[in-house]
Amino acid sequence: MARTRLSVIVIDENRIRASIIEEGLQAAGCERVTVLNELEGIVERVAELDPDVIVIDLENPNRDALEHLLAVPRAVRRPVAMFVDHSDAAMIEAAVDAGVSAYVVDGLKKERVKPILDLAIGRFNAFARLRQELEQTKQALQERKVIERAKGILMQRGGLSEAEAYARLRRTAMEENRRIAEIAQSVVTAAGLLPGTSP
Amino acid sequence: MSAKRHRLRLGFLPLLDAAVPIVAAARGFAEDEGLELDLVRESSWANIRDRIAIGHFEAAHMLAPMPIAASLGLTPIDAPMVVPMALGLGGNAVTVSIPVWQAMADAGAPGDGDPAKVGAALKAVIAERARRGAAALRLGVVHPFSGHRYELCYWLAACGIEPERDVALTVLPPPLMADALAAGRIDGYCVGEPWNTVAAAEGAGRIVTTKAAIWRSSPEKVLGMRADWAAENRDTVARLLAVLHRASLWCEAPENRGELAALLSEPAYLNLPAARLLLGLNGAVMPAAADAVPDFLIFARKAATFPWVSHALWFFSQMVRWGQAPMSAEALRAARQTYRPDIYRAALGPLGVPLPRVSAKVEGALEREMPVASSSGRLTLGPDGFFDGLAFDPDAVEAYVAALIRR
Repeated sequence: MARTRLSVIVIDENRIRASIIEEGLQAAGCERVTVLNELEGIVERVAELDPDVIVIDLENPNRDALEHLLAVPRAVRRPVAMFVDHSDAAMIEAAVDAGVSAYVVDGLKKERVKPILDLAIGRFNAFARLRQELEQTKQALQERKVIERAKGILMQRGGLSEAEAYARLRRTAMEENRRIAEIAQSVVTAAGLLPGTSP
Repeated sequence: MSAKRHRLRLGFLPLLDAAVPIVAAARGFAEDEGLELDLVRESSWANIRDRIAIGHFEAAHMLAPMPIAASLGLTPIDAPMVVPMALGLGGNAVTVSIPVWQAMADAGAPGDGDPAKVGAALKAVIAERARRGAAALRLGVVHPFSGHRYELCYWLAACGIEPERDVALTVLPPPLMADALAAGRIDGYCVGEPWNTVAAAEGAGRIVTTKAAIWRSSPEKVLGMRADWAAENRDTVARLLAVLHRASLWCEAPENRGELAALLSEPAYLNLPAARLLLGLNGAVMPAAADAVPDFLIFARKAATFPWVSHALWFFSQMVRWGQAPMSAEALRAARQTYRPDIYRAALGPLGVPLPRVSAKVEGALEREMPVASSSGRLTLGPDGFFDGLAFDPDAVEAYVAALIRR
């Protein structure tokens, strides 16, 4: 009895990432995708949805519980194993590197499952990059604020123009082999210690 | 000695019995041996198992039955593992919800943790619930292949409670146990410290007995690693064992206990107040007992880090008992060979560490602490009894399992 469409459950406490994966799976032609944000009631859901593949994030502390449930015969109709193939080390490594794990119904053809796992791995990696970029953007924004404050202090206390204040920060950074944001932070900190200035 | 430091990644879960590797990494013991230990806190035992199997971790703080299960081919990724060292003895307890405890107390449960009397009261509570058609008690353990599952089921079965019929066993990660109990999603659990005293302190549960009371001086966590990695890195493994041995002595010393609690309380490790961790470290876990539970958690005394083959075989006997593994000569051999006292001896013998003369013993044979034959004559073992008085002969695993199933 060949199934035309695969049923996939995505368990991820990170709702944004879960929806990114859901969308990807649907775009790839997987119409039966269910996202669960928690493990509560998973046995009933698994029995009801009869999934071919279950994808779970590795940060989820409930992985042991999930494996236990999948091993209880009455909880699931068909035996569920981890990953496509016990010996597919490269796939497993890529998945763990990306922070995701998958459980697949025994007997499901490898070529049918591989695209799903590839997609999950790709989306997890993309999400991690996105998060990193967001962090960097936040940091850059924070640094720019500090530089602005340092410039203000130099202009107020040293009677410099804005361009001169910035040039001085840059020159000091070059001389001390440090980043401008670090020098700016030192200026702000020092000004906070001295009376008469509100940094 | 000036050789480049060898960097090892070691996974752990936030538990008191992760103390030995944490101390080894944090207190400079590893550097002395030219090792750099990178400790990684994990969120599940499954992650630890998989990351060992694919080589993300060289070694890990593991539930003792996990490497055995891996060697028996019962885990998803085919990667036989070895145990060259244990990470202590004891450390677990059984906690139930306040309503269940009240019912047990009404049924005569004492507050001192006596497993037979507490178990009899629990049996009465379960029978009473069955009479009025209440749902079976839901009891949590940390993993299907865990000492927690086996000691809980051993205790229940010995008290006339059939674990597979009379209760519903469920799996939860240690840090979520207390919350699940407070929220009423489970009725009790068996877990390592500090996750029993945490529930008790929050008023969510009551500790009713301990692993040490069910089976005194019993095995719990081990150092697990891939068999092929251990074979290819003998020198590194020996140095790692030397480091962990020194750390185990430091953890055991009473004068270091305050410092140990402070270290474990750090955000990177257990991230809980040090005062809470001291309860488990001191064995002060039974609320009604004035004294600490004897041998509640042992880091180094009584050959606590020696990988006894009889421990591996006891775990195997329980896997057979509960239908997880087949009883066959081949499986028995695989379980036996997972534990590697030979590696332990080769690494620590030259350092003058007292080594027992034998690598397996009858478990439950010592009624009191006894000096045993060893390389230095300074080793004592025991008491190591099971609460029901039954002993385990590692040369008669099949007969032992048959006797347990019959009763």
